[in-house]
Amino acid sequence: MLVARGLTKEYQSGTQRLTVLADVSFEIAQGAFVSIVGPSGSGKTTLLGLLAGLDTPSRGTVTLDGTDLGSLDEDKRAALRGAKVGFVFQSFQLIPTLTALENVQVPLELTGSVPMAEATARARELLGRVGLADRTHHFPQQLSGGEQQRVALARAFVNTPRILFADEPTGNLDGSTGERIVELLLTLNRERGCTIVLVTHDATLAARTGRTIRLRDGAVVEDVLHDHTASVPA
Amino acid sequence: MTGRALLRLAWRESRTARRRLALYMSSIAFGVAALVAIDSFAGNATNSIREQSRTLLGGDMSLGTRAAPPAVVDTLLDSLAAAGIPNSRVTTFASMALAEPSGGTRLVQVRSVTPGYPFYGAIETVPANGWSRVHDEPWVFVDPSLLIALDASIGDSLRLGQRKFLIAGTLGNVPGDAGITAVIGPRVYVSDRWVESTALLRLGSRAEYETVLRLPVEVASGRPAARFARDLRRRIDPRAAALAEAAERRQNGGRGGRGGGEGAPGEDDAPSVIAAVRDTSIADTLPTSSLRTDSARGDTTARDSSSLASGLTSTPPPTRVRIRTIADTEEDFTESVTRLADFLSIIGLIALLLGGIGVASGVNAFVSAKIDTVAVLRCLGATSRQILALYVVQAAAMGFVGATAGAALGVAVQFLLPNVIGDFLPVDVRVAIETGPVLVGIGTGIWVSLIFAMRPLLALRRVSPLQAIRRDADNAALPREWKDPARLTVDVLLVSSLIGIILCRIGDVRNGLFIAGGIAGAVLVLWIAATALIAIARRSARPSWPFELRQGVANLHRPANQTRAVTLALGFGAFLLSTVYLVQANLLGRVTATAETAAGNLLFFDVQDNQAAPLDSMLRAQRVDVVQQTPIVTMRVDAINGRSVTSIMADTARRRGGWALRREFRSTYREKIVASEQLVAGAWFADSATRAAQRRADPNAPFPASFEQDVATELGVGIGDTVTWNVQGVPVRTIVANLRTVNWARFEANFFVVFAPEALRRAPQQFVVVANVASSETLATIQRDAVRQFPNVSSLDLTLVRKTIDSIV
Repeated sequence: MLVARGLTKEYQSGTQRLTVLADVSFEIAQGAFVSIVGPSGSGKTTLLGLLAGLDTPSRGTVTLDGTDLGSLDEDKRAALRGAKVGFVFQSFQLIPTLTALENVQVPLELTGSVPMAEATARARELLGRVGLADRTHHFPQQLSGGEQQRVALARAFVNTPRILFADEPTGNLDGSTGERIVELLLTLNRERGCTIVLVTHDATLAARTGRTIRLRDGAVVEDVLHDHTASVPA
Repeated sequence: MTGRALLRLAWRESRTARRRLALYMSSIAFGVAALVAIDSFAGNATNSIREQSRTLLGGDMSLGTRAAPPAVVDTLLDSLAAAGIPNSRVTTFASMALAEPSGGTRLVQVRSVTPGYPFYGAIETVPANGWSRVHDEPWVFVDPSLLIALDASIGDSLRLGQRKFLIAGTLGNVPGDAGITAVIGPRVYVSDRWVESTALLRLGSRAEYETVLRLPVEVASGRPAARFARDLRRRIDPRAAALAEAAERRQNGGRGGRGGGEGAPGEDDAPSVIAAVRDTSIADTLPTSSLRTDSARGDTTARDSSSLASGLTSTPPPTRVRIRTIADTEEDFTESVTRLADFLSIIGLIALLLGGIGVASGVNAFVSAKIDTVAVLRCLGATSRQILALYVVQAAAMGFVGATAGAALGVAVQFLLPNVIGDFLPVDVRVAIETGPVLVGIGTGIWVSLIFAMRPLLALRRVSPLQAIRRDADNAALPREWKDPARLTVDVLLVSSLIGIILCRIGDVRNGLFIAGGIAGAVLVLWIAATALIAIARRSARPSWPFELRQGVANLHRPANQTRAVTLALGFGAFLLSTVYLVQANLLGRVTATAETAAGNLLFFDVQDNQAAPLDSMLRAQRVDVVQQTPIVTMRVDAINGRSVTSIMADTARRRGGWALRREFRSTYREKIVASEQLVAGAWFADSATRAAQRRADPNAPFPASFEQDVATELGVGIGDTVTWNVQGVPVRTIVANLRTVNWARFEANFFVVFAPEALRRAPQQFVVVANVASSETLATIQRDAVRQFPNVSSLDLTLVRKTIDSIV
């Protein structure tokens, strides 16, 4: 489903060349729930950006569902994201001027893949699924953090993505709310067979995923399968 | 994404930003308001002129002269009256008015009218019924401002020349008069019946005679009117008419004359009235020579026998008759309105440009606030084109709102304008909403706001989706590339559409480019100033400064600063205001300077030959200095280097100098060159003794004369050429002795041609006398005494002139 080969990301900072990610390779199977963990500055977010095609690597390749992202320009990558990728962000990133329902509809409207009525129906159904059937016409600022993140989850799943990237989805939430979000992620992963790549520095949360890739200083130092006891050393 | 979905998303996405975006876009509103108001008002004024052109003229056609109309005109008018075409006349001249019992004096414009004037519209007076008896009683109707100036009231008497009149009422609306004319010279309307008894209109007096005709409907307008006018011209002055028609044919490339398709004289399709005129015995009244085609000197123009000065022989100077139709009147007034609108347009354009800068700077801030949303939309699959479309739709909608609000404001201003500048216009402007200007205003507003908004909006295409997970500073999140083709296209479109709008509005390529260049220069200067400010701010900050000052100065140069945009906007605003003030100061400055450089503060004119000495004694008795006493002799050019003016004007190869050949010159004679003049070629006259000796040696030699450089060019003469003048009937031959430049701006009697004294000393002449009066009380006394003693002499208080111009500007 998702293949990273020799991913390297370097930045020029003044006269110095900084390597944020060095030669990272792995494969993620369809339907897997994978967590990427590591301390701050270890390159987790950079890796997520490269895997989702939000950024381009200095070297190496990312193949998403059989498509080499390096061969696409920004607009084609955007179209691919619209069709196959969902996102959940740490700071929710709902569009403040749209209601919960409208936020959830946006990915469908952008792709124009379904008629408006169906888009609305699907958005309503998903909002019901995340327990917000009665908050469809609320604006983000009228919702709590947990509710906003649930709207974001509904938005992420509305176009039935093949893969979902979640960047610290519980980072801005209290324990119990975060727990609810994780439960939702696990359920949706199970029910819809959607691949999930989760970036977190919460070890407990990572342990609940099927596999954990640990980064340190831009390199993979550990790759653990949780439901099998096998460990793949980096 | 479908168009509908895009519009829906754009509408929803703009929810909280609408008010802010509308505010940015409203900066365009004032420019649009100015353009709509100016264009609509110009449209209203033009329409009103068209509707009221008959009222403006007072009749269907007018015959104007600057001296009493020649006998041929009077005879022609009599024939026309007999053929059922009535006429009436208004004669305008300046005179001093003396009110009694207050004793106040003031230079006024007297308008004497014959019964029936005007044929269209009515002279409104207070009391309303007073006007009907103006031809029966020695009554005058005056501008209300004159009563104040003279400290007089209705029922008092007003002396004009040698006759006393009763002030029977004040003037309201008078057809064809702009209210503002009253500020320059208050009007006094009187019946023509009493004018002779004032003894104000003497030989050489400056007066304008305008006779209006009421034509039958079938010839009152359009081509029949033009044909009728041409017929009249031919009858009054066949040679001049033929020359004018030939010139017109040349101008039209031989494709026929003004009305299009006008045929040769004697055409058969003329309406019956013209035929009736032809049948009358006008031809008998014309000098026989005028029907000949030879170029004998002075024979080709109508003569005014009254202008023959006693003791002089030879031919009198001709009087030019201007014939104006309704169409001519419309054209003249419309041109004035267009010129006024063009000037105001420039201010409107700068306001629009200022609005554009406001839009760009506002949208810049708007764009910064949208980075996060755009990044999220990018993550969710929006392409750069979709992003751009989403926000261009919003900007266009808000531009529409701003432009429409501006147009509405402009329409509101348009309804107020007649109250403000109505006095400057000779017509009652009927205000109506003009669809054209409103649509053009809205269109221009939307386009200008969009084109200025496009530059910052383009940056949104380049927002990286990565910003959704890792937020950079605004300037890093909005990368700008100089080589971006879209950005370059927008820049080119911006510059070219601004130049296009300026050219469209100014209508003159040279002036349009000049204005565009001026604006570009102002932008460049402001941009350099802003860049310098940024550089200074960067270098000057000191750690020892207090926090507020340090941060404040640092914000001028920090990334994403608005220093350039704000400097441009503020600078441009200042540029606009100072342009208006400079125009005002320039006008005022020029008048002030001329009023101040004038040798004195009291000007007497129309002083007759026999009045010069008594006036001088009267002034000296009051211990007033007479600063200047300048003789004025009227004349026309008769021949140049022996070739008659008519022959020169008939010369098809000659295109220039028409006005100089035709005009009535007011010349003077004196021994010396004066301060407002500068010799540029030749030498000034020899001293009088030398000249006298030369004349004894050759009594027939031409007199030396000094020519103003431009008029010499117009006449096509240089040093050594001879010019023969028709000085009220007497031919006077002169030789161009020298050329000089004249500072016309000085409030003095300046002349195109200055003669050596012996040439004109014995000619009939008038004087302009300049006196310097210290106190305003003495000035008032002198003016009052002068009116009593010399009723025909007008006097002008220059300090009053300055005050008046101050109030107008």
